[in-house]
Amino acid sequence: MARALINVPAAARRGDVIEIKALIAHEMETGFRRTQLGVLVPRDIITQFLCTYNGAEIFRAEFHPAIAANPFVAFSTIATESGAIVFKWTGDNGFSATESVAISVA
Amino acid sequence: MNARVDNCGYARQRAFCAALFLAALAQSACADEMPLPERRSGYDFMSRETRAMQDDDSANPGMLWVLDGEALWNTRAGAAERACADCHGDARAGMKGVAARYPAFDAARLRPINLEQRINFCRSERQRAAPFAFESKDLLALAAFVALQSRGLPIAVEIDERSRPFLQAGREAFGRRQGQLNLSCALCHDDNWDKRLAGNAITQAHPTGYPLYRLEWQGLGSLARRLRNCLAGTRTLGYAYGDAELVNLELFLMWRARGMQVDAPAVRP
Repeated sequence: MARALINVPAAARRGDVIEIKALIAHEMETGFRRTQLGVLVPRDIITQFLCTYNGAEIFRAEFHPAIAANPFVAFSTIATESGAIVFKWTGDNGFSATESVAISVA
Repeated sequence: MNARVDNCGYARQRAFCAALFLAALAQSACADEMPLPERRSGYDFMSRETRAMQDDDSANPGMLWVLDGEALWNTRAGAAERACADCHGDARAGMKGVAARYPAFDAARLRPINLEQRINFCRSERQRAAPFAFESKDLLALAAFVALQSRGLPIAVEIDERSRPFLQAGREAFGRRQGQLNLSCALCHDDNWDKRLAGNAITQAHPTGYPLYRLEWQGLGSLARRLRNCLAGTRTLGYAYGDAELVNLELFLMWRARGMQVDAPAVRP
């Protein structure tokens, strides 16, 4: 599975705005480049990023060929309850990666 | 007989002059060098956003390679069925400060070798596995993992009698005009580092953070790759990965950056 780096505060107070950062290793081959012999390199990108907080969707992004390699997404949410924040990336050629981190909310 | 005596005297005189000239040259080379406190790492030339990217380990894409490198460090490989960790143990202790000392003189090969070459020699001799290709993901990952253990430590390449000629060769390469554009490294990085080239900062060329993640590459790359980039920019051909000339230049650059902090894996624009 692809390597990913997730940054979520381990603990937060209820109602706090928390910042979430997610970085994943991926080539993000655009599908527009050619090899030295002129052969088109097929597109291979992540097409969707989805983040859920205890099962509820809190952030979703569609990725397109202009997104750089190793896409990094940062966003914020409100800490409501303890539980798991799950990140899921899906893309071309059946690419799928999932990461989960726990957060405790007091 | 007289002529011979004269000749001898002449030769001695000439040798003396040459020695004087060389000494003067060496002195002027030292005088030309940038005073140590005035040196600035590429980090100082970057935008606030790019610095933030490097400073936050969860935003620094180089850390993705470090994770891969850590996995490789503990993976058995080759006919010897040995992992790096089997000999070197925990990299956090055993590899501390190692990257800051490379390129280092290798007594078996009688020349300096860089960190990537060291990893590959270890791989072929101790693990008895096929060496990694230069700039391959695995080699960069291991190099990044090892380099991370020197983060924050001062660059300290060791120069002794054996390595001095190679340092001198690197210094000469740095100052030598070459390529179709007839440029030397020093013309930009010693004389014009405070200016810009096509909108980009020129920088002083202190290799503090290699292997590093270059946004332009969208990937991790070694110092050799950066040097080849620069050489291609001056339209100079003929430096292949692993070439002794390239390693000499790396040695000189690391020596030139002595005392500066390692910030690998760095992010650069």
